[in-house]
Amino acid sequence: MAETEKTIKLEYEVGKEEFSKAGIASSNIKKVLNQIGIDSTIVRRVAIAAYESEINIVIHSEGGKIIAEISHDRIIIVAHDKGKGIENIENAMTKGFSTASNEAREMGFGAGMGLPNMKRTSDQFSIESSKGSDTIVEMIFNI
Amino acid sequence: MENYWHSVNLDITKCNGCTNCLKRCPTEAIRLRNGKAEIINERCIDCGECIRVCPYHAKRALTDELSDMKYYKYNVALVSIPIYGQFHLNKEINKIFNSFYNLGFDEVYDVAKAADYLSIALKDRLENKEQDGPLISTLCPAIIRLIQIRFPSLIDRIIKLETPMEIAARLAKREAMEKTGLSMDEIGTFYITECPAKITSIKNPVGIRKSYVDRAISIESVYSKILKLYPDVEIRKQIQNSSSIGIGWAKANGQSYSIKAKNYLAVDGVENVIEVLEGMELGKLNDVDFFEGYACVNGCIGGPLTMENSFIAKARIRRISEEIGESQFEAIDKAKALEIINLEMKDWIDDIKPKNVMKLDSDIRVAINKMDMIEQIYKQLPGIDCGTCGAPSCRALAEDIVRGEASIDDCIIRKGQEAKK
Ligand code: SF4
Ligand code: SF4
Repeated sequence: MAETEKTIKLEYEVGKEEFSKAGIASSNIKKVLNQIGIDSTIVRRVAIAAYESEINIVIHSEGGKIIAEISHDRIIIVAHDKGKGIENIENAMTKGFSTASNEAREMGFGAGMGLPNMKRTSDQFSIESSKGSDTIVEMIFNI
Repeated sequence: MENYWHSVNLDITKCNGCTNCLKRCPTEAIRLRNGKAEIINERCIDCGECIRVCPYHAKRALTDELSDMKYYKYNVALVSIPIYGQFHLNKEINKIFNSFYNLGFDEVYDVAKAADYLSIALKDRLENKEQDGPLISTLCPAIIRLIQIRFPSLIDRIIKLETPMEIAARLAKREAMEKTGLSMDEIGTFYITECPAKITSIKNPVGIRKSYVDRAISIESVYSKILKLYPDVEIRKQIQNSSSIGIGWAKANGQSYSIKAKNYLAVDGVENVIEVLEGMELGKLNDVDFFEGYACVNGCIGGPLTMENSFIAKARIRRISEEIGESQFEAIDKAKALEIINLEMKDWIDDIKPKNVMKLDSDIRVAINKMDMIEQIYKQLPGIDCGTCGAPSCRALAEDIVRGEASIDDCIIRKGQEAKK
């Protein structure tokens, strides 16, 4: 049976410091999930996590992409960015800890809630990164 | 899907098959089929965008007639708040209200008075708010329907509170029953409306089983009659009895002003509202307490069934409000007003539910398959959203094909490209 189950894969490029475009990927993912008929509370959690991922890529990286994989029993959101990497994951996961630039903070972003929020809204959360390499965040939402 | 009645519809004889309305519809409810526009009823939120943009006046709102007064023994005109901005300031507003007697009504009611009462109830709801982030006003039925269709996760933020129209109808009906001894059904309440979405909410109310408003007549259709009657109108009664607080509900910001809210957001114009609701759904607006959104630019004074340009109407309302002042509002017994509104809210027994009109299938697996097909078809389309296929965008055509309502051959651009190969 398993191989006949379809998975939809959506991919969105997110550019470095493209603040004005942050939100496009998450809005699109939200629209698709609504059309598929996913429960609205789950849609909202996914949308918030995807949005925080977009913001993170915009603020902290050299650019990257958001991938959404939707199957009948779960949704996986992967945020993959190129760039600085995260030196100390434990610090980054602490509420309020932030390495965002002043510019980003002035625009109301980078309050240090991104990763903790992403973890809070998802059912499974994993992060892979080290200084100077790519960062891959994977979030799973059960349906 | 059950047959859904709504007010905005199309006069097929006037439709020229241009694509003006197609792209402006915020819920992608319009298609062109055989050279004529068609509204997908369940998707329409009655925002009136298509009425505004149609150069041939082929879009209209279904309303009732003055002659419908014959069905009742006693008729009450519920005059909507935007009336305050419709006439030149040299016309006296109380005389305008009195002219409805000349049109044949037995009684006339100033709907802004109900907004005065509602301001008190709204303040109470916000003071007792239990959740973080913005609560959403129920005033604009087009926005409520938009939320049901496109932003279902925000439904639990909607404040359960009737509109001034509904409260006015209840108070007016009770008053008339007491005065005349007639039964509920013998008294006709006619809302003199600025808005097609409100007509729909009379026939298909949200939260309650039946509206107390019986009929709706557009401001547009009585406007010139009132101007003609005006010189001969005798003042029978002081009908205008609301304060500037209630009158303010005619325009965007009015509700927030009425409760002296600090962290509020007032947004008008359906596209702007959609943008802000998108942000709200992503959790961007958690520092806001109250949100009032209007499908129409400037709020209800910009309603599709009004006569005056909404900016001019807004300026007039400002002048009239200054003159009338807040003293009527100060004089209201606040505890009693709150009691009246809370009593009326007892009829609100149903929850607001999402309207899954965009959903592809009730089975998630099937829906995912269909979504996959949409993605595949979309890749074959030119992506220029020209509208000549009759759908508002290439994406919408792909969806229509998968829903079985259109064919890939409807895309003439692609057909042309195929032919060249
Ligand atoms: S009234 Fe609004 S929602 Fe309905 S068809 Fe017209 S533009 Fe679309
Ligand atoms: S803003 Fe007012 S007039 Fe316009 S659709 Fe909403 S309720 Fe109706």
